[in-house]
Amino acid sequence: MTEVLRVVDPGLLTTIQDLGRPGAIASGVPPGGAMDRFALRAANLLAGNEPNDASLECTLRGPQLVAERPCVIAITGADFDPRLNGEPQPMWATLSLAAGDALTFGGRRIGARTYIAVGGGLDGESWLGSRSTSLMTGKGGFHGRPLRAGDLLSTVGTRTTYPAERRELVPGLRPDYSDQSLAAVAGPHVRRLEPESRRALFSATFTVSPESDRMGCRLKGPGLQAKAEELLSYGLVAGAVQLPQSGQPILLMADHQTAGGYPVVATVVSASMPRAAQLAPGDELRFMEVTQAMARQRRLALSSALASLSAL
Amino acid sequence: MPQPRSIQRVRIHPLGDTALLAVLGSRLDTALNTRAIGLASALRKRRDVRQAVAGYASVTVHFDPDQTTLESLGAAIKRLAVRRPKEPIPGRLHRIPVVYDGVDMPEVSDSLNLSPREIVALHTRPIYRVFLVGFVPGWAYLGPLPEELELPRRRVPRTHVPAGSVAIAGRQTGIYPMQVPGGWHLIGRSSVKLFLPNSDPPCLFRAGDRVKFFAAALD
Repeated sequence: MTEVLRVVDPGLLTTIQDLGRPGAIASGVPPGGAMDRFALRAANLLAGNEPNDASLECTLRGPQLVAERPCVIAITGADFDPRLNGEPQPMWATLSLAAGDALTFGGRRIGARTYIAVGGGLDGESWLGSRSTSLMTGKGGFHGRPLRAGDLLSTVGTRTTYPAERRELVPGLRPDYSDQSLAAVAGPHVRRLEPESRRALFSATFTVSPESDRMGCRLKGPGLQAKAEELLSYGLVAGAVQLPQSGQPILLMADHQTAGGYPVVATVVSASMPRAAQLAPGDELRFMEVTQAMARQRRLALSSALASLSAL
Repeated sequence: MPQPRSIQRVRIHPLGDTALLAVLGSRLDTALNTRAIGLASALRKRRDVRQAVAGYASVTVHFDPDQTTLESLGAAIKRLAVRRPKEPIPGRLHRIPVVYDGVDMPEVSDSLNLSPREIVALHTRPIYRVFLVGFVPGWAYLGPLPEELELPRRRVPRTHVPAGSVAIAGRQTGIYPMQVPGGWHLIGRSSVKLFLPNSDPPCLFRAGDRVKFFAAALD
């Protein structure tokens, strides 16, 4: 265990996340993990880590960190204008920090969550097989809570300096976080929608409400009308678009409730979840209905972008 | 009496491109739930399945899209689902003390036209089944609740239900393991810990377990 970064200012909500604890859903524990899993994997690969290593997820406003010793980092996901000792730095690339270097962020330009991977992988409490911070239960990550000023972050490995070569994800392979459309397939209960609501689901513009969080993205749009009849509760997945009686859909995200009884009218496909993770309050979006084949194509495109990093 | 095969048909619905929902039926029914739990545990043994979670009468299956497709896994599930389920192992029996002084007791008593005493007698009568574990850590959906206690959910859900609240809604009952929002009617409270963060699995109740409530004296 090596202390590598000191938190000067934690930002708005900065937590330790990896790829979560998918095995825990059968016990009612949210899977958790990074909201934008593409950005987390890319950051880790750029920092010379395993894709599932623990990194920082910073929400809407970046932290201020100081290097306690030389280290290698990579910043991916939302663009918060990263700076090293005041100098603008590239994203989606390997960065080297010397002891005493200050990492700050100028301000949010696009997206909602930026990821900072540190060479060696961040340490943290491992709970049910994951170092991800579970805010609901106060378990995992940095004492089960968001970072605070004064916290000292450690890496698991002792490797602090890195590779001679600087890695970068070429711009053409980075996700387009300005894209307003989320690819989705019709959900199990789409037939419960009134015909007009069914049309609106895949054509109307929805706005992300400020009550959105890591559990779900609450949307405001044309009220969708569905048959009111209650369903027997069943297991839910991230990406599911739930329709409560209010008619305003909720897109379930990483810390989603594991079971529920509201109709699921659509499910955002895996390749569009990184984009969904970057939605900020006030952003607009549309659901675009896709086939399984189209979903597969998009998924493979993301896999090959990551493979381009592993192959380096 | 065994059901004809036609009723047992499983419907497969995609949940995006990496999960599906296999629906066995639409009734709150112990036999259907036993089949769902059996199907989920059979599916968890497959290499192309990452996780399978039984609902009341369904299974949510997370699969590896590099190893299978929706169509081929769906066909495999249909084959598995018509197999005669193994004799289920009887779940563990939990005896849970409840203080029946919930804030909704007067309202529930009015709506059902039953005295609080009758409500307690009815609520403590059955041995409930744990139909599924989920929603929030430690929560378990228990039932079936006696018909006499059936009420729709509260029109306006509470933003904060205190941990330990014993609640009813529809033909279901349950205990809130932590402070969360909720729309069920609060009839009592229990001090039994349901979320066990330092155990694996981190919850007291498991699908298929049985639960008997008994009235405890005011503390």
